[in-house]
Amino acid sequence: MLEIKGLHAGIEDKEILRGIDLVVPTGEVHAIMGPNGSGKSTLSYVLSGREGYEVTGGSATFDGHELLEMEPEERAAAGVFLAFQYPVELPGVNNANFLRTALNAQRRARGDAELDAVQFLKMARAEIKRLSMADDMLKRNVNVGFSGGEKKRNEVLQMAILRPKLAILDETDSGLDIDALKIVADGVNALRGPAFSAVVITHYQRLLEHIVPDRVHVLANGRIIRSGGPELALELEAQGYAAVVAEAA
Amino acid sequence: MPAVTETLDTVAAVTEGGYKWGFSTDIEMDMAPKGLNEDIVRLISERKGEPEWLLAWRLKAFAAWLKMEEPDWAKIHHPPIDYQDLHYYAAPKKKPGPKSLDEVDPALLAMYEKLGIPLRERAILAGVEPGDVEAGEGERPPVAIDAVFDSVSVATTFRATLAKSGVIFCPISEAVHSHPELVKQYLGSVVPAGDNYFAALNSAVFSDGSFVFIPKGVRCPMELSTYFRINARNTGQFERTLIIVEDGGHVSYLEGCTAPQRDENQLHAAVVELVAMTDATIKYSTVQNWYPGDADGKGGIYNFVTKRGVCRGARSKISWTQVETGSAITWKYPSCILQGDDSVGEFYSVAVTTNRQQADTGTKMIHIGKRSKSTIVSKGISAGRSDNTYRGLVRIMKGADGARNFTQCDSLLIGDQCGAHTVPYIESRNPTAKTEHEATTSKIADDQLFYCRQRGLSQEDAVGLIVNGFCKDVLKELPMEFAVEAQKLLAVSLEGSVG
Repeated sequence: MLEIKGLHAGIEDKEILRGIDLVVPTGEVHAIMGPNGSGKSTLSYVLSGREGYEVTGGSATFDGHELLEMEPEERAAAGVFLAFQYPVELPGVNNANFLRTALNAQRRARGDAELDAVQFLKMARAEIKRLSMADDMLKRNVNVGFSGGEKKRNEVLQMAILRPKLAILDETDSGLDIDALKIVADGVNALRGPAFSAVVITHYQRLLEHIVPDRVHVLANGRIIRSGGPELALELEAQGYAAVVAEAA
Repeated sequence: MPAVTETLDTVAAVTEGGYKWGFSTDIEMDMAPKGLNEDIVRLISERKGEPEWLLAWRLKAFAAWLKMEEPDWAKIHHPPIDYQDLHYYAAPKKKPGPKSLDEVDPALLAMYEKLGIPLRERAILAGVEPGDVEAGEGERPPVAIDAVFDSVSVATTFRATLAKSGVIFCPISEAVHSHPELVKQYLGSVVPAGDNYFAALNSAVFSDGSFVFIPKGVRCPMELSTYFRINARNTGQFERTLIIVEDGGHVSYLEGCTAPQRDENQLHAAVVELVAMTDATIKYSTVQNWYPGDADGKGGIYNFVTKRGVCRGARSKISWTQVETGSAITWKYPSCILQGDDSVGEFYSVAVTTNRQQADTGTKMIHIGKRSKSTIVSKGISAGRSDNTYRGLVRIMKGADGARNFTQCDSLLIGDQCGAHTVPYIESRNPTAKTEHEATTSKIADDQLFYCRQRGLSQEDAVGLIVNGFCKDVLKELPMEFAVEAQKLLAVSLEGSVG
């Protein structure tokens, strides 16, 4: 379970998150929607431990771990995965090597046995097939020369291989065509189950047609101003953020 | 704290503790008195029982050196070197050959162990086992090793096995006696005694090094390797390597080097000469890991090296691959003279500098033969407050119709107090020749590090992965086992420079 209490955070002197309270029970998928500049990406970075963000108050715990006290790699080993809005290129580093190194680092941290190259490739190829992705995905250098859609698909592949307990998807749908959107949604849905939770950050209702959330939260000005069921997304789509923000104010 | 600040703090925290080869070994030495003059040159020659012609050659080089000035065009800075404050000859005292490992000077054995030399090779190097044991099935292929300890070669392994195929692999001091005609013919034929300041110095006082001869049509059955170790205090090391490959021959040669951690700077001025005849191939790989000095730039090896190969015959090929992580100063330009038609020269280089290290390294490709071809791939990685310069010359001579060169120079910066410089010279005197030059400079970005860490990699592993990715084009040129070593070395060298 992810539990965020009174979280305040920002960059340098600028406060961006102004007291976030959010509970995502294990097994649930929650959507966070909101206008530009509301703090959506900041929330995902603070939860995953990106440097440069200063937490000025509050707490975030995941399955009993004090997330905010942990290094990014410790959070990853605890099961936190961030699907990046802008996936990063790593020239000369092939996907298979990158993923196996990452997976084994996580397994080591958890006290599990590492996978050898053969075991890893077998597992990775099965995931690729299941996600209907191209075989050369593993051979290519991480995100180098990938189209926008391929980069997002690669995030989903990484998620499928690393099997997180909590996935945070930061506008993974931005810039995707319908087919790619469906692959991303299928990737998340395939992981859904009693031991998996997700926070899906998005501008648009469109992704939520494919990943139906248990709860929807509206983030504006660094606070969650409204929460509701999947129908809230439809309401936002129909009325726009301005109306909901004005109503809550 | 922003990543950059942390990066710099971690850089600052790195000390000489990171250099695990920094031990020194207490072994009884036979040393020449400090200083350099004609008598010392004579003494070295006499200790080695050299023939008259070689002494004359040395004296001529010494006379030339006296008239020369230290070059000052490289982007390196150091206090003046006092050439009179060094020992020019140091050798472990000879004892009667040991019967078993128990009789070997334990200090010497301990050193081999620390250097990671396998047990059996340790025994061979110590002179206990004959050096021609055949490798058992399933064992890794043997590598013939020549170990050069300060000024002398202490042992060479697998000589008998090599001799069966006609390959000569022995200390050059020995080749002077056993194969004088070859040494006389080729010594100084690629790097003349008066070529440059450091080559002249080396020619006057060189003590030992490796000699390799591959006869016509022979593919050397195993990798040849030389291990260089500077141990004695205040000693210069001046080794000289000569490799000759006759028509159609092939050899892959590896060299590795380490030195103890000392507060004073030690001078290393080596010369390597390669000769490739028609259809011959020489692959020369170096992993240079001399002591780089501490975080404040105290101590470390001054590495002034002249390496040059000549592709004499048609379709001959010389390939230099170097991974340079050590030395306080590196001044080194392994070069190819592409004399034969359709000859090929290659230079693949990774140079890593951290702390206060300075590297000015690159290559020269001199195209003389028609359709001669050269490839230069240089990867410079700078961290800490170091300076890393690529300096390269591509010269196409008038007769080199259809010559081709491709050059790629990439620099990777870690932190914001280091420097990367690229100084390419291209001179073409033939309108049918083509040269290409590509250069990039990049930084390990904070978002790359965060991306890796979010997937579970530690900061150190992330840097290692990114750096190895950056160097991939060069590392893949190294022989397999060396490549693994080099990858580890890169990771260790950069340990703490970002994380």
